[in-house]
Amino acid sequence: MDTVTELELMRGVRLTCVRADRFKTGCLSMTFLAPHTKKTAALNAVLPYVLRRGTARCPDTEALAAALDDLYGARIEPAIRKRGEVAALGFCADFPDGAFLPGKIDVLSGVAGLMGELILSPATFGGRLRAETVETERENLIDDINAEINDKRSYVALRLVESMYRGQSYGVAKLGSLADASRVTVFNLTRHYKEIISSAPLEVFYCGAEMPERVAAVVKSSLSALPRLGMCPMPGTAVDAGTPTGSVKRGVERMDVTQGRLMMGFRLGKVMEEPDHAALTVFNALFGGSVTSKLFLNVREKLGLCYYVSSAVDRHKGAMFVSAGMDFDRERDVEEEVLHQLQAIAEGDVGERELEGAKKCVISSILTSLDDPMGLESLYLDRAILGAHGTMTALAKRCGRVTVEELSRIAASAKLSHTYFLTSGEEVET
Amino acid sequence: MKKLEFPRLGELIWREELESGLRVSVVPKPGFKKAMAFLAVNYGGADRSFELQGQSYHTPAGVAHFLEHKLFEQEDGVNALTALSERGANANAFTAPDMTAYHFECADMFYENLELLLKFVREPYFTDESVERERAIIAHEIRMTEDDPDDAMYYALLRCLYEHSPIRESVAGTTESIEKITADTLYTCHRAFYTPSNMALVVVGDVDHRRVADMAGEAFSDMLVPTAKKLPPKPEGPLPAVTVTEREMDVGAPMFLAGARTEPDLRGLESVRHELTASLALSGLMGSASRLYRELYDGGLINETFGCDFENTAGAAHLTFGGETRDIQKVCLRVFEAAADVAARGFDPAFFERRRKTVLGGAIRALNSFDNICYNIAAGSFAGYEYFDTVDVLGTVTQEDARAFLGTYLTPDRCAVSVVNNKPNS
Repeated sequence: MDTVTELELMRGVRLTCVRADRFKTGCLSMTFLAPHTKKTAALNAVLPYVLRRGTARCPDTEALAAALDDLYGARIEPAIRKRGEVAALGFCADFPDGAFLPGKIDVLSGVAGLMGELILSPATFGGRLRAETVETERENLIDDINAEINDKRSYVALRLVESMYRGQSYGVAKLGSLADASRVTVFNLTRHYKEIISSAPLEVFYCGAEMPERVAAVVKSSLSALPRLGMCPMPGTAVDAGTPTGSVKRGVERMDVTQGRLMMGFRLGKVMEEPDHAALTVFNALFGGSVTSKLFLNVREKLGLCYYVSSAVDRHKGAMFVSAGMDFDRERDVEEEVLHQLQAIAEGDVGERELEGAKKCVISSILTSLDDPMGLESLYLDRAILGAHGTMTALAKRCGRVTVEELSRIAASAKLSHTYFLTSGEEVET
Repeated sequence: MKKLEFPRLGELIWREELESGLRVSVVPKPGFKKAMAFLAVNYGGADRSFELQGQSYHTPAGVAHFLEHKLFEQEDGVNALTALSERGANANAFTAPDMTAYHFECADMFYENLELLLKFVREPYFTDESVERERAIIAHEIRMTEDDPDDAMYYALLRCLYEHSPIRESVAGTTESIEKITADTLYTCHRAFYTPSNMALVVVGDVDHRRVADMAGEAFSDMLVPTAKKLPPKPEGPLPAVTVTEREMDVGAPMFLAGARTEPDLRGLESVRHELTASLALSGLMGSASRLYRELYDGGLINETFGCDFENTAGAAHLTFGGETRDIQKVCLRVFEAAADVAARGFDPAFFERRRKTVLGGAIRALNSFDNICYNIAAGSFAGYEYFDTVDVLGTVTQEDARAFLGTYLTPDRCAVSVVNNKPNS
């Protein structure tokens, strides 16, 4: 059984260490938690990519690559995640366990040291990040934002969230807007960088064969130069427990596509005042989060209304999203049937087999994620942001005890707020 | 069962060749909660022409994939995918050009799930009506991928590189080709290729290997049938038939994929060696650790979408490279110049050895993934090598191999380029 150790390494730096010797790799991540706002989104998104371009010791990507080659191809990748109104930015690494390499080398120390350098001693010019690096990465960010349109499914999701939370931080896309990205300069990014490293809480995660004491010592030494001056408190997420007022707001966009893509946004409402994460997880699996879900089996399989349909619950925000692809003229039929299935759960129309299927699906997914270091990393980061407690096994047990009444309460509380539909250019809206 | 040990990797395989010809491999993983089973068939989207009991068959594109979709439906009306999911297993299947595989991962009820896997893959059940219904679902799946610029660009490149190989068409086929598929076609192809001697079962996890072999032995005990003989396509000419293909789609930035055919006819560990040579040569030349990558990236000519790859499947082998760029010609030109330079002078020896370390580290890291272990042991079973032996082959690849690879294959006349431009008024 894995042992999980949680330690405060220094002011505002927490280490979660999962000790397990069955893996062939180790996993280490260092993640700053900062507010995600319209002003900071593009800065947050570009920062890890700028830092990843070079350090004082390894000034360019070629020198960095050589250092990683010497660590047997350890990967240290920039990571930027959006959880509610929290931006989680930093680096994730995975690397082969030294025990299986010639000479049994200490890969962890090398990786932690290099990650510490990336964060604390970036290549600079005249006391600022390098201007040409900031410029290329700003252009890359702009390319990435422009490329959001390539994947139609996630593109529709972005547009829906933007319209559903207009004027709010959560409505700002993870990468920020084109306008904000184009305003990134070496001056404001250097200022932002200094602010982040001196004040944002830092979550460190390790999973692998090393003992927690040793991991703590290695990480602490790699971060010894971290300035911890005016520490900010842990940024919270603004869970939305309100219900939408007025009619459903609809967005439509035309493009040359071969099928329609619909995204429906629900507010979970008053159940989010005291959210039960186990019940929310089982609810999502039952409604549209699995292949035995009501949406998949009824809307897609039985009625054949769409080619794909699934739901996702955002616990950080208190929202639920349904994503579906269908023939252009089936949009309203799909929407109606999705609402009908939600109503069925609200009325307690949940078969024993459906309920068991949903529970088995989430329990199995929790238990199998314990065997995946990168999956664990993401689970523990979510927990840190949600402020959740208890072990994963306890969460799995709790999921097994969720009742139909609890699920009905969630379904009854969820209200459709916005929809966004991507359809073909030729058709005329009636 | 035979015990094959690979102490340097800390791995072992329990192996049994059953009387029916089915090869069973069990890789024990003590301490893991999850276990995975993977049943693979040596039959994929590119195996369209074959001979069975003296008769030749030429089947439309998309049969292997169609069959994969349909096999989950069983005679008793229960969908095997739903049944596995209801027990909490994460089940799926895929069709590659040279393989079809059905697999599940679970933390509970492993043997019940294995029993169902062995049953539904063995016992096809189709009606004209259910085939019709699936046709509509697959047609939409095909249309959906047609919206994807990466897929469109990739297949356009393969159509330039290959004139005859069935790999030039997507494994799912086209909306026209799947029109020609009937329940009869599906039964014929199942009979032709879903024979135990043409299949491999791989299990990874903390399970009883003896029990796995017994269950497989029992499931296939009554199936001693011949497998169809695959008929190879006409050989390709030395150079690509078409060298440039362009199209316009709604994309953020112009993107390209260039490629060249390499050596398709190698077998066993020789093909593995060719693959590892390609991987070292290409990543050394233009991977993210290379000087060329840094030069192009710093010059704003490429972004992180740029990459290179090598693919060796179904009698076809080719290298590819590409990504988003503002100047396709310039990027290609620099790649060809750099390739010629390395071919003439070689890599810096210290750099080459560092790249080797990284490829070794990647191979070790891949052992963490059950999917990867299953897929590669099955692929090795069909191609005549042992997956866990491939790590040792890495040590035998030399500078000269990498230089010869670049000098021979990565030349302007052997390459074709597929381009996706942004639609002017979107």
